[in-house]
Amino acid sequence: MSIDLKYGVPTVCLHTSMFTTVTQSVVRMNGVPRMRQVYLPHPVMGKTPAEIRAYVFGVSPVSGRPVMQEVVEGLTQSLNDEDRKGLSFVRSTPRLCEPASEADLQQLFLDNNWTDKLPIVLPTEDRVAAMLKHTSRKPDEVVGHHAATHFREVWQCTVEQVAVNAVMAGARPEYFPVILAIASTGVSARGSSTSSMAAMAVVNGPIRKEIGMNAGTGAMAPYNQANAAIGRAFGLLSQNLQGGSVPGDTYMGSMGNALAYASPTFAENEERSPWEPLHVQRGFKAEQSVVSVFMGCRAMAFTLGLRHAHWQDHVRNMMRGMDPSESPLFLLDPIVARLFMDVGGLKDKKAIIDWVVENARMPAGEYWDYQLIQNYKYPRATFGEEPLASKLRAAPDELIPMWTADEVNIAVVGGETNGYWRIVGARLAGTACIDDWR
Amino acid sequence: MSAQMVVHNPMGYPPKVAGKPLASRLDTLNGRTVYIVDCRFDDSDILLKAVQDWFTEHMPEVKTVYKPISNVYTKDDPATWQEIKEKGDAAVIGVGH
Repeated sequence: MSIDLKYGVPTVCLHTSMFTTVTQSVVRMNGVPRMRQVYLPHPVMGKTPAEIRAYVFGVSPVSGRPVMQEVVEGLTQSLNDEDRKGLSFVRSTPRLCEPASEADLQQLFLDNNWTDKLPIVLPTEDRVAAMLKHTSRKPDEVVGHHAATHFREVWQCTVEQVAVNAVMAGARPEYFPVILAIASTGVSARGSSTSSMAAMAVVNGPIRKEIGMNAGTGAMAPYNQANAAIGRAFGLLSQNLQGGSVPGDTYMGSMGNALAYASPTFAENEERSPWEPLHVQRGFKAEQSVVSVFMGCRAMAFTLGLRHAHWQDHVRNMMRGMDPSESPLFLLDPIVARLFMDVGGLKDKKAIIDWVVENARMPAGEYWDYQLIQNYKYPRATFGEEPLASKLRAAPDELIPMWTADEVNIAVVGGETNGYWRIVGARLAGTACIDDWR
Repeated sequence: MSAQMVVHNPMGYPPKVAGKPLASRLDTLNGRTVYIVDCRFDDSDILLKAVQDWFTEHMPEVKTVYKPISNVYTKDDPATWQEIKEKGDAAVIGVGH
């Protein structure tokens, strides 16, 4: 849109038909009643050049007219008054809903897509007021900004609006600073990516114990109110404070992701970990309370323990099973953390990360052929960004690293019932100090 | 009749939307330069080159320039937009979400 609206060059945008609703919605929210958009069959990915040529030389599945005729007309047909004026409007968000019965309000929230399709705790004035007592921040203070994707409009939220969503999720008031800190990162747990992402949050520092979070047995499962409610609040506040998460419009995840129900939130098991906590690695003091927010959660590999003879092969196999576009988050039970030290000879998180970078390799030809690498890393490599540019110069059969050290994270979690562990494809998307929101 | 309850609206604040005019269209494409802009997403290069082929075969009087953006599609690319403004007359961009 920038070329047309900002640089004044008449432009036609080509989309596939699956994105008709969302692309038309996006242009309206950018102040344009009708961009010159032409729709082709869906999908493009994986089609042969002959099939794609047939798309371009054929008719639009949306209008039924020749695609290229629409392109030419889009560049040459005169504008009308509406095109010249644009589309201006102001929307408001009423602070309160119209009074209604409990059942009718539950239905209203459901119908308005304000929930995760499960019953919520209705955010009465008393409940929201109780939540607000657990922060020193003013109710009308701006906490942050959210958008479903980078190209959608950015919404703003206040402390009170975050409190409303915290109540809906079933959060106790003492959890509120954690929820505010998560909201302040601006990371959406309801990102609209077609890849069906989910969010994850790791809490470090004293607040873990203050509010009774679980870092031990079942920490990532539905057995702890703080873990569960904070994670649910992360999801609800994301969808409501960014202006919605509706399939086909503001949510385009093709398969969806069951982890998005929970936005798994848990405490790092600092007491049983042999290493420095995640937040200390990131420059915070141990006595600070911090939340680290991860995005992705599409890929997961797991195994039991580290075997003396072949542990390196086993871990390499796990890593090679990941899409290289995913940043790996190692979630290690404390038993496994010690195995990495005792069996692997890797004494701290940095040593493991260095080992991962050195050992997670694949032939350059395979690496660059991954679709997500093509979409998100190849363009950066072609314009000289290191270390991607060097990887691009590698011969097709040269083994190149899948990840850089700053893409790899490690958290220790679990109750030591056994030495199971996982690698989750999830990048660190934001970090916030919870103490700032007390 | 059930008791009436008053509850908060959970939505955030949307931005004000300010209307933006579209760029003026061209009278004709004949003799003009059309940039075919590849946003480098999901095999878009194949599609944009097919668009370029269509112009070559059906409107050879139109000069086309195939131009991949300078980064991933999630990043703004002012250098490319400026080049198109200075050297081109129109643009076709795809394939987008």
